[in-house]
Amino acid sequence: MIQSLEELHQLAQEKRAQQDTFTQELRVCIGSSCASLGSNELQKELNQYVTQDESKKRCTTKGVGCNGLCSSAIMVSHYDKHKQKETLYENVTQEDIPALVNRFENTQALEEKLCDMNGSFFTKQKKIVLENAGVIDPDNIEDYIGKEGYLALFTALEELSPNDIIEEIKLSGLRGRGGGGYPTGLKWETVSKVEAEQKYIVCNGDEGDPGAFMDRAVMEADPHKVLEGMIIAGFACGASKGYIYVRAEYPIAVEKLNRAIKQARRLGILGTKIAGSGFDFDIEVRLGGGAFVCGEATALVASIEGKRGNPRQKPPHLSDQGLWLAPTVLNNVETFANIAPIIRKGGEWYKNIGTPTSTGTKVFALTGHIKNTGLVEVPMGISLQELIDDIGGGVQEGSTLKAIQTGGPSGGCIPKELLHTTVEYESFKAIGSIIGSGGLIVMDESSNMVEVARFFMEFCQSESCGKCVPCRVGTTELTQLLDKFVAKKATQSDFELLKSLCEVVQNSSLCGLGQTAPNPVLSTIKYFEDEYLKGICHD
Amino acid sequence: MMPISDDRYKMVDKTMKKLNYDRSALIETLHTAQETFGYLENETLKFVARKLRLPYSKVYGVATFYHFFRLKPKGKHTVVVCMGTACYIKNAKVILEKIEERFNVNVGETTSDGLLSLLSARCVGSCSLAPIAIYDNKAIGHLSLEQSLKEAQELIQ
Repeated sequence: MIQSLEELHQLAQEKRAQQDTFTQELRVCIGSSCASLGSNELQKELNQYVTQDESKKRCTTKGVGCNGLCSSAIMVSHYDKHKQKETLYENVTQEDIPALVNRFENTQALEEKLCDMNGSFFTKQKKIVLENAGVIDPDNIEDYIGKEGYLALFTALEELSPNDIIEEIKLSGLRGRGGGGYPTGLKWETVSKVEAEQKYIVCNGDEGDPGAFMDRAVMEADPHKVLEGMIIAGFACGASKGYIYVRAEYPIAVEKLNRAIKQARRLGILGTKIAGSGFDFDIEVRLGGGAFVCGEATALVASIEGKRGNPRQKPPHLSDQGLWLAPTVLNNVETFANIAPIIRKGGEWYKNIGTPTSTGTKVFALTGHIKNTGLVEVPMGISLQELIDDIGGGVQEGSTLKAIQTGGPSGGCIPKELLHTTVEYESFKAIGSIIGSGGLIVMDESSNMVEVARFFMEFCQSESCGKCVPCRVGTTELTQLLDKFVAKKATQSDFELLKSLCEVVQNSSLCGLGQTAPNPVLSTIKYFEDEYLKGICHD
Repeated sequence: MMPISDDRYKMVDKTMKKLNYDRSALIETLHTAQETFGYLENETLKFVARKLRLPYSKVYGVATFYHFFRLKPKGKHTVVVCMGTACYIKNAKVILEKIEERFNVNVGETTSDGLLSLLSARCVGSCSLAPIAIYDNKAIGHLSLEQSLKEAQELIQ
């Protein structure tokens, strides 16, 4: 049990001292892409290799979360504590194990697998949410504490009032990272002011957008950071219970979170009288069931209550009537992961990153026809050009860029002419897309935009909960209309109908799913109208 | 009527007990039931309904609402083709169609010999490895068309 800030500092120091007995550390990425290539087995082998040899006892190995460059999986990083230098290797296989370890002495070995860490993939990123990804062992709470983990929580409990915390978050300018972009500080303030016996903190980890895996990586690489953000939110808003709603399709994230919760309970970081204060808070994980609509706030809450994920009309908002009708704060995984750094370093520090209206950083999942696929964190305000060309390495050789899809089924397609657009909530909205949760799919000339629009519409049709007519019937009709364009059998009046039906679905659906479902169609009509016209049959 | 002597029901009951037989335990319970039985049989749904004092229609409603729950048994082996956006633009659709054709099975169904179930996933979150499919528990990324068929063939042999 850690009873005070002082004891936390002490434990952190002990952990660091203990780690200092090892001079070399080999960190094997066990993120989803590396794991599917067998990184867990690689780490075991590597561990066996270094522990059986007496002379290599000063070396330790550990599995770490995703360090971003998934296209070069399996990634292994070597950290030399004396020189404080990190070396990264890509495409590592079992056969490389001896060379990997021998390289401590012989710098010639494995030269060809060396990854240039001075390249713009690394230098143009700014890591706050992912600061520990690729560095700490997510299964080890002490590793997290050694990296200033739970420092923000203990500082908050001993030195700050709930109001101070809310003011700090407001000052930081942090906005919801799940797609909505609502100011987090304001959301917390509203709930903190409601008088109620029971309030809840809910974390949305139901990453349903196809093509997005940011939250998965955060939960798997640094679960304690999510917990810390939630506990701080609980203290600030006067809540005593939290739920993390995670997709059942992410079993590793579920396992890591559950383990983290157990560890935190054991150290008295969750439970009653946390850190010797009068504050009680506990967290439970709830599994989702693969319903995209459950990313919608009211549907998510219904799902935690064990019901079908049908959204309901708002207001009342969750801040008044959320989970079991109690005032509820609902934030996304990435939003919660920003909280501890803000409390630790101050809202002023955070505000100075990014732009005045979109502060801080954003994590993106770069996928599609791009060279460096993977997970990146960039300061807001960076241009898409830099994100795609400098960090992403541009499109794959032999092809040219056509468009970028952001925001998943609720977002839009951005044509290559608009690459100068900066990553900000407002600027994306102005060109008919959204930042969304952070999936960024790069498409080359081979992609047919009408087919892409149809893909998303079919997705929304199948994910529509069926409660309201505009969404249930509208998405079905729209999919059938788009089928005609794909088959090149549409008529001019189909095109007019397509456009007006989009408007109807957008304006009259009950929840965000229906309201945003036409976005991919509208944005592709806006920028790639000729492809729709080609789908019209004139005889 | 109460098949409680079956150890598998005990597993399901354990989850409900942990959550005090509260009605909100329904989804968690169905997850456990599916993990234990492989799919959600009518009998299992009725058992859960009784224990949680919920109408059977509610339980059935929830079980059919969420894609993750299966009401039919799976084949001996499963291939899950990811149809997330990143995989889609890298021709996952063609892979799915070819597997359907070769093994004479529709997506979401099982071959008549019960050997192979073909499923599609919304997104498995390994978009860097697109196109990707999961063969039983093994994820294989950067799949070519031939490889996708070969892996499925090897699975059922």
